[in-house]
Amino acid sequence: MKKLVKYIIADILRSRIMIAYTVVLLVISFSVFSIEDNPAKGILSLLNIILFIVPLVSIIFSTIYIYNSNEFIELLVSQPLQRKSIWLSMFTGLAVSLSLAFFAGAGIVILLYAWSMTGAIMLGCGVLLSIVFAAIAMLASVKIRDKAKGIGTAILLWLYFSMLFDTLVLFLLFQFSDYPIEKGMIALSFLNPIDLSRVLILLRIDVSAMMGYTGAVFQSFFGSEVGMVIALAIMMTWIAVPLSISTIRFNNKDL
Amino acid sequence: MPKMLKIITLLACLWLLAATVMELSARTIRVGKTQSVTSIRQAIRVALAGDTILVDKGLYQEGNIIIDKPLVLKGIETPVLSGQKKYEIISVKSPHVVIEGFVIKASGQSSMQDIAGIRIYNTHHVSVTGNVLEDNFFGIYLQQSKHCLIKNNRLKAYGKAEHLIGNGIHSWKSDSLTIYGNHIQGHRDGMYLEFTTNSNVEHNTSHGNLRYGLHFMFAHHNNYTHNTFSSNGAGVAVMYTNHVNMKSNNFKDNWGDSAYGILLKEISDSHIEDNLFSGNTTAIFMEGASRIRINNNRFNANGWALKIQASCMDNRIERNNFRANTFDVATNSSLVLNNFDNNYWDKYEGYDLNKDGVGDVPYRPVSLFSMIVERYPPAMILFRSFMVSLLDRTEKMIPGMTPEQLKDTMPVMKPLNL
Amino acid sequence: MISLQNISKQFGRFKVLTDVSFSCNKGECIALIGPNGSGKTTIIKSILGMVIPDSGTITFRGKSIANDYNYRSDIGYMPQMGRYPENMSIGQVLGMMKDIRKIPENLLDEDLIKSFGINKLLDKRMGTLSGGTRQKVSACLAFMFGSQALIMDEPSAGLDPVSSEILREKILIEKEKSKLVIITSHVLSELDDLITEVIYMQDGRMLFQKSLHALRKDTGEEKLSRAIARVMRQQDESDGLQEARVNTSELRN
Repeated sequence: MKKLVKYIIADILRSRIMIAYTVVLLVISFSVFSIEDNPAKGILSLLNIILFIVPLVSIIFSTIYIYNSNEFIELLVSQPLQRKSIWLSMFTGLAVSLSLAFFAGAGIVILLYAWSMTGAIMLGCGVLLSIVFAAIAMLASVKIRDKAKGIGTAILLWLYFSMLFDTLVLFLLFQFSDYPIEKGMIALSFLNPIDLSRVLILLRIDVSAMMGYTGAVFQSFFGSEVGMVIALAIMMTWIAVPLSISTIRFNNKDL
Repeated sequence: MPKMLKIITLLACLWLLAATVMELSARTIRVGKTQSVTSIRQAIRVALAGDTILVDKGLYQEGNIIIDKPLVLKGIETPVLSGQKKYEIISVKSPHVVIEGFVIKASGQSSMQDIAGIRIYNTHHVSVTGNVLEDNFFGIYLQQSKHCLIKNNRLKAYGKAEHLIGNGIHSWKSDSLTIYGNHIQGHRDGMYLEFTTNSNVEHNTSHGNLRYGLHFMFAHHNNYTHNTFSSNGAGVAVMYTNHVNMKSNNFKDNWGDSAYGILLKEISDSHIEDNLFSGNTTAIFMEGASRIRINNNRFNANGWALKIQASCMDNRIERNNFRANTFDVATNSSLVLNNFDNNYWDKYEGYDLNKDGVGDVPYRPVSLFSMIVERYPPAMILFRSFMVSLLDRTEKMIPGMTPEQLKDTMPVMKPLNL
Repeated sequence: MISLQNISKQFGRFKVLTDVSFSCNKGECIALIGPNGSGKTTIIKSILGMVIPDSGTITFRGKSIANDYNYRSDIGYMPQMGRYPENMSIGQVLGMMKDIRKIPENLLDEDLIKSFGINKLLDKRMGTLSGGTRQKVSACLAFMFGSQALIMDEPSAGLDPVSSEILREKILIEKEKSKLVIITSHVLSELDDLITEVIYMQDGRMLFQKSLHALRKDTGEEKLSRAIARVMRQQDESDGLQEARVNTSELRN
């Protein structure tokens, strides 16, 4: 399995889209930090880009890659290999390559210009988001046979996580504004890995504002070490659940 | 030269004579375990007005010490006066008293009386300098006193809850005080001034007090300069006062709901200048404030730099630097009666075509989302999400909900040199 | 060597295989023949574990293949349309397969690599190759590990006549080594002197399994294509359902 992963990573890293992704990230993050003299503000500008681009590229690229690898996967299945290890190799290959691309594109710049706890959390979130959306892409592509439909679903999922979900939260908030819903808000943020990442970074960048009445609830939860561990556990769940469901599906799938 | 020498000798003799006369009229009484006078109360009893009482180091537990004549009470190597958690330690009931160089600790506590480490009753020209006040209910308490000097004292208490502890420096109905270079920590309010006028509060540090670092009411014509108010439970709150001058103070890290750099309530004709506000949840909260000039201040990394309630008018906010604040200005009204001019806003995205250093389009410091958060605080969790950025941008282009007139028409392009 | 017992498979509402049973032994070269959508590819995929039958069992060397994967180390498979990760070079694909099979270098059969001239193209990326060249790579992979069973799905599709002939020669050589070869093909003429047996599929059912010898005798035709044509005609006359036949499983093929 290790060998297989190595070949898959080598393949993905040489793909033109992946190289373009890395270069675009690199250009954006370099220009963000060279325009802003204040690294904290640079981090801020980078935040939106990361929360926007990383999930998008991760989910779309992974979906397309899996569909394009259909025949290759068939060939692998005809070899003396366990289906599970083939599927996990594909996932590992995607996760590692996407993380590497993110790290090379944005991570190094963050390390150079804004090395702080905030920078570290941002880096961690970027890597985790890459992996989460690779896992979600694997689930989408194993469930849907048709390539066009699968890519469409991937785009919809991304739209949901990056925009629709927040709109929904805002709507709920207006509806239930008379009730003490702060704790519920924390729970809601668990349902979206992008939101969870954003809140974690928010609590550092806007710590003063987050210490206000409602923010303090978030701060006391996520600000504590226990909260950080829980947040990490939630992100891990976001990887593990789609991945294991997709693996089970793939094990019983007719190719 | 001999003539010169003669004059000098004569002068020396005269000085010597003067000193001897002084010595005769103002005696020095030494108090200590090994001295003939062993208690401070005894020394006060035998002393005459104008005498100096020097207290050797050691622990003195004498209950309530009342100073009822003009005396200088001076500690040698910081003797400790303890109230054993029962007594008011020193009560000053005479003018021209000096208390210097003591550790004054463990006053009594009461929910009925305001028991203090040092309390100054209805007098004038009292000076309390260079003392350490530790674990007292109230620290230094002035009532109806004038021309007093409270300088370079360190006050430390260990209050657990607001109703279990008194204020650090507390002044009531006093006038012309100088409060300088004190360090206050762990009290309810660091400094509390009520009906206190014409006073100077300078170079003090009020840190980690349970409620307000500084709190005053009906305290007109006072100056507050070069003080630091940090990490106090609710920041600084000033109320019902006019003609206040706050300059070069440092308000920082006052975190929490209803924690403010300064809360200005019913303040008028005042001047807030050259201060630094950093890392506060709300740097300045204004309610019923009018004719206040807020200029040349630095607002760095606050949650809200300014929250201006509808009841504020004729305030002028000019030439301040706003940097890295989560929200620059929030308001609960659409009516704007305050002026914003020539400030530097780091969120300003306009341009300066004629290169005069002033942006060509006005800056609107109130964002749509800040208004949403005002009304629905939990919405804060959506801050910086893509959807919210989109909302804010749309609003910036076509203002609908945010007050149309609240704008800085001459925002400067570069940070002001403050 | 391989035997199928009562294999049925349904994709959604479409019955792709109905009760298919046959067995094949080493030294045989079996042609899997039938119209489009008759279930040939599904049978091959079932044997390789890509499709999991709804009912019935498949055994390889007497052992059921369900929940097993090691048996595939004895099968060389050449897919109908080989597609590979675009940015892998031919050399990497070969290397990866060697890593998977873990067969010592001296036991590798690299005849086809040489005769197809693949060894000169090792640095080429798969994405830049023509369909024919990819097909050659697939063939090389199928034969490289000296597997005892060879399964080929439309092997000559996309190959030029010369390469097609090289492949034919290779299949003959392997057959002589008493290996089992299963081929599906539309081009019946090229199978003539390769095969020993014919399995004829139609509408997901196996119509017959006959040795080439018996088939020739029954139909009186020498050429395989003519023999099959005659069988089909007889079949249509006997059940008269030609018009009603619906090509249901085309999607899956």
